[in-house]
Parts: sequence; structure tokens; C-alpha cells
Amino acid sequence: MPNFNDILILLPEFYLVAAACLLLLLDAFMKPEQRPMLHWLSIAVLLVGIYLVIAGQPSQPVTAFNGMFIRDGVSEILKVFALLSTVLVFVYAKPYLLDRKLFVGEFYTLTIFAVIGIMLLVSAGNLITVYLGLELLTLSSYALVALNRDSRLSSEAAIKYFVLGALASGMLLYGMSMVYGATATLDLAHLHMAASHTGMPHLLVFGLIFMIVGIGFKLGAAPFHMWIPDVYQGSPTAVTIFIGSAPKLAAFGMAYRLLDAGLGDLANHWQLMLACLAVLSLAIGNLVAIVQSNLKRLLAYSTISHMGYLLLGLVNAGPEGYASALFYAISYALTSAAAFGVILALARAGFECEEIDDLKGLNQRAPWAAFLMMLVMFSLAGVPPLFGFFGKLLVFQAAIHAGFMWLAIVGAVFAIIGLYYYLRVVKVMYFDKPVEGTEVHLQKDVSVRVVLSLNVLALLVLGIAWGPLFGWCQSVFVG
Amino acid sequence: MIDSNMFQLVCFYAFAAVTVVAALGVITLRNSVHAVLSLVLTFFSTACIWLLAEAEFLAIALIVVYVGAVMVLFLFVVMMLDIKQEQVREGFIKYLPVGIVVALVMLGEMLALIGVRTMHEATMGVNPATAAGMSNTAWLGTALYTQFLLPFEIAALILTVGVVAAVVLTLRHRGGVRHQQASQQVRVNARDRVRVVKMAAEVPAAPQPAPGKETTP
Repeated sequence: MPNFNDILILLPEFYLVAAACLLLLLDAFMKPEQRPMLHWLSIAVLLVGIYLVIAGQPSQPVTAFNGMFIRDGVSEILKVFALLSTVLVFVYAKPYLLDRKLFVGEFYTLTIFAVIGIMLLVSAGNLITVYLGLELLTLSSYALVALNRDSRLSSEAAIKYFVLGALASGMLLYGMSMVYGATATLDLAHLHMAASHTGMPHLLVFGLIFMIVGIGFKLGAAPFHMWIPDVYQGSPTAVTIFIGSAPKLAAFGMAYRLLDAGLGDLANHWQLMLACLAVLSLAIGNLVAIVQSNLKRLLAYSTISHMGYLLLGLVNAGPEGYASALFYAISYALTSAAAFGVILALARAGFECEEIDDLKGLNQRAPWAAFLMMLVMFSLAGVPPLFGFFGKLLVFQAAIHAGFMWLAIVGAVFAIIGLYYYLRVVKVMYFDKPVEGTEVHLQKDVSVRVVLSLNVLALLVLGIAWGPLFGWCQSVFVG
Repeated sequence: MIDSNMFQLVCFYAFAAVTVVAALGVITLRNSVHAVLSLVLTFFSTACIWLLAEAEFLAIALIVVYVGAVMVLFLFVVMMLDIKQEQVREGFIKYLPVGIVVALVMLGEMLALIGVRTMHEATMGVNPATAAGMSNTAWLGTALYTQFLLPFEIAALILTVGVVAAVVLTLRHRGGVRHQQASQQVRVNARDRVRVVKMAAEVPAAPQPAPGKETTP
């Protein structure tokens, strides 16, 4: 029976649900001129959420609601960074939303509901909680993508995302039902034990394949990546930045829960499947990104390739691999938030700053923005000493230690190919002449400027002093 | 006498086959009304499979909620969307054959279920509700509010998100629309309604001479 202690374990989640409902009511009764207050309230809500997650961290992993919910080190670290990147999203998004008359309270509440979905997903202890957390996250995301109703591109992106997302959910559920059929349990801890002595190993592997399809879709790994470019390009940039950051942490959490906690016994089966997904993602992501002229689309293909690197860490199937993949997911979420943050900060009413050509000669017009963008691109490309470099180094190391030397070599080759399109953006900003008659400048909003600068500088600082963060990532997987 | 286990197994495969064929029909049939009817059959056959597994409450809920309410709504929408006049007129006769086929298959499934029930055999394993000495519905309620409380609450949250999303995607504040404002209507005084204006009586001006060119009515 659930008791009060269970509620205490879920305090951050319950708090966020209550806060989201309250914000929803406030929004309904607020006068339009008071609405900007909602922005600061939402940020405060998330910051308190981070405090509750850290303050209530149990020394030992604990479960609540009959093992439905697990609160352990992995979920804590994922929740902290998911909440943190959502704070970044809120800060960067405000001027963009105001300029385009998209500033509605529902943007904030739906995003908070999506974050609650992430938090439930990364602490799921049962296949049902995995599925419901995922649905909460994706349903909110569908609505957010369609937020700009009058844009055809946005509606198209939302429909594509919705249909493909429903298909992926169906695949995942089918896989789960097969696994349930083979083991007669939905609980991930029981599943772990039952998987080694099931009477139907083939059915189990059959279910596993469908679950990997679901995970691949959520990560956006090739060949299940088709939705990413359209959704990234079509949705308002303020929503793209959210979809590109926090849900990647959720996807890692989901893969970890399902594959390690649930089906760790089948590691020798899923290692090779993940390796194939990784190679395909690296190849498709990096090669197709070369020909893109739209910045958001380029970042979308870059996401696909980054998910390939993340999979390299998961292929290791041991504490070292998970720690490196977690480190990679965090570095990607923060870098991606910064990349879209720069795009948002350069956009203004009537000008999206989406094309790479829009950045021509940015250095002469907004040198600080150009410098920030350069650091972000270097971090995405994996140039030392930035954050992205150590992420890549660690996943390569993990893949080599697991005996996947060839995979690490493929990864390194594609990292060098990927360098080309990131450096092209830098070249356009620094060496091309600005197009006459256009004007690009950094957003005037002080909070955006300060937080964006801090975010990008954090990439540099965490790149130089990456030890403590990686130590934290390692510590949660030991024991 | 037929072997009861055998009969139940045959029924299961028959229901499953109907479900799969009907589901394929949903996505392949060109006519949208046929597709919806096919979806009704899919739900019904699924409910029959659940009845075989002794999940009575879920089966009935599926029929009442999905077949009874959601699918009827679907049918309405699909038929309303078909705005060509001649199609609407001959709609009933045109869709009758498919409707009869669906109804007949449903009838067959129901008869088979009654057959299974009269044999009183459980081949699908031990039913947890029976083991706990409760009715299916009571057991489901107990499980939902104890063991599965958290998923139940998350599902409620998902529904909330659905409502919020529906509102944000469809609500439009249009300018220039005349609304009734009940609060102002209630607060109104008799004094505000009629204003008595005092003014000097007006003397009508002398009639003007008629204009020269006037057309006869």
C-alpha cells in the first residue's frame, strides 16, 4: 500500500505538478499586462524543483509505489540537468515568444508538464511508468510544436511528429507486451532476474528488438531519425531549443532503465543492435548535415550524429560506458541549449536567423555573438579544450574498452568529417562579407545576454575542468 | 461433445484473426466509413479476447466507451465530412452491406463466447481476481488504487495535458465578437437603463416645397 513516505520520495514531482496546475490557474485569471510575471514565476518554480531534487537526495537508492518509481543517483543527476536546461530554455525563449505574439502561459505549463514526464521517465521502475512518463513528455511536446498555429511549416512538423511518435509508442508497447509475455512481469527489477531464466528466450529477444526501435526513435538515432529535421525546422525556435535539450537526457534515462535495469541480461544481443544504430546515425547525421543551408536543419542532423556518439557509450554496457554516455548527454543538452540560444538571441520580429547565410559577417556586426557561436560550434565539433571534446573522448574510450575498436575508429572518422560543417559556420561568421541591407544584432534583453554568456562560458570551463562532473557521473553507476 | 480447451483455443485464434484482418481493413480501406466500421469490429473482437481472458470489466468498458461512444462520434464526423449531396442521400443503403457483415461477425463472436462460458473452463491461467475471491471489477479497482496508484495518477496528468493542449491549439480570441456579459447584466440598475432627457419642445419647421423632378410611385 502506498503511504506518506512514498509521497516524500516523489516530493519534487508532486511539487512540480502542483506548481504547474497553479500556474495554469494564474494564467487564466491574469490580466494580459501582468503576464510577463508568469515567466519569472515559472523559472522560480523550476529552480525550487532543482533544490528539492538535490536536497532530498537519498543516500541509498529507494523505491516508491511498489517499485514503480526509483530514486537513485542516476535519476537525480538527470533531473538536475533536465530542470537546469529547461530554465535556460525559458530564459532564451521569452523575447522570441513576445516578438511573435506566441507568449502564452501554456508554453510554460506545457513545458513544465513535459519536464515532469522526463522526471518520471528517468526514475521509472516499471514498464508502465516508462511508457506513461514517455507519453506525458511527448504529448506535451506535440502541442508545443504546434504552438504557432498560423504557420504551415509548424503544423506540418506537429502532424509528422505526432504520427511518427504514435507509431514509435506502438512499437515500444508491442515490444513491452512481448517481454511481458515471456517473463510475466512488468517490474524492471523482477524483469532483470526473470530474463536469465525465461522459458521463451526467442520471444524475449523479439520484444527487445521492438523496444530498441522505440528507444531509437526517442533518441532520434538513424534509421528512426526521419522526424528530427522537419520537427527542428518547423517548430518555433523557442520550442526547438526545448526538444533539442532536456528530452535527450530523458532518452538516455529511458535507454538506461530499459536496457540495463530491465534487460541487462540480454546485453550481448542489444550491444550489436545499438552498434548498428550508432554507425548509421554517425554516417547519416554527419554526411547529410554537410549539404544543409538551414541552420536549424543543420543542427537537427548534428543531433542525429550526436546520438550516434551517445550510443557508443551505451554499447559498452558497463558502468564506464553508462557514465560516459551520461556525461555525453549532459554535454550535448547544455551545448544544444546554447546553440539554439544564440539563434534565438539573434532573431527578432520578422527575422528568424535560420539560414547559415544570415550569419555572414556576424563578427563585424555582433562580435560577442559571433564569439559565442564559435565556441558552441567548436564544442559540438569536439575541439579541445571544450566540453564536447571530452564527451567524445570518453565515449570512444568506453567503446574501445568494450572491445568495439572498429566502432571507435568509425566514430573518430565521422567526427573529422563533421568538423567540416561546424567550421563552415565559423568561416561564414568570420571571413564572409555581410549581406548589405540586413541587420543582425544580439538581443537587448539583459537576462538573455548574461545567461547565454554564462552558458557558453560554462562549456569552456567544464571542458577544462571536466573531472568533477565526470566523477559525479561515475559515482552514480558504481555499486 | 467438443473438448472445451480445444474450443476456447479455436475461439481465441478466430477472434485474433478477425482483429488483425479488421485492423488491416482500417488502414487499407479507401472509404472512410468502411474504415470506421472496420475499427468497430477491431475493438469488438479485442473485447471478445479480453472476455476469454476473464477481464470482464475491461471488455465491457471497451465496448461501452469505444464502440458505443467514441466510434459513433467518429462515424458522425466521417459522415458529416462527406459533403457531396448525392452521397449523403444514398449513404445508408450504400453502407448497409458492410454494416451487416460487421454485425454478423460480431454476432458470431458473441455466440462463440456464450459457448465458451457454458463450458466453465479456464485455460488462460489462474485469474488473480478469482484467486483473491473478488469480482473482476472490485479486483481491478483495488489494484488500480493500491499497486498501480502512481501510473493511474500519471494517466490523469496526461489527460490534463490533453485538455490544455486542446485549448491552446483551438481557442482563438477574436476581436469584434459581441459577447453577453452576465456580470454587467446583473449589476444594471433601472436608472441606467432609461435616461429621461428634458428639453424644449421642438416646433416642426414649415413644409418644404416638393422638388421639381419627382418620379411617380
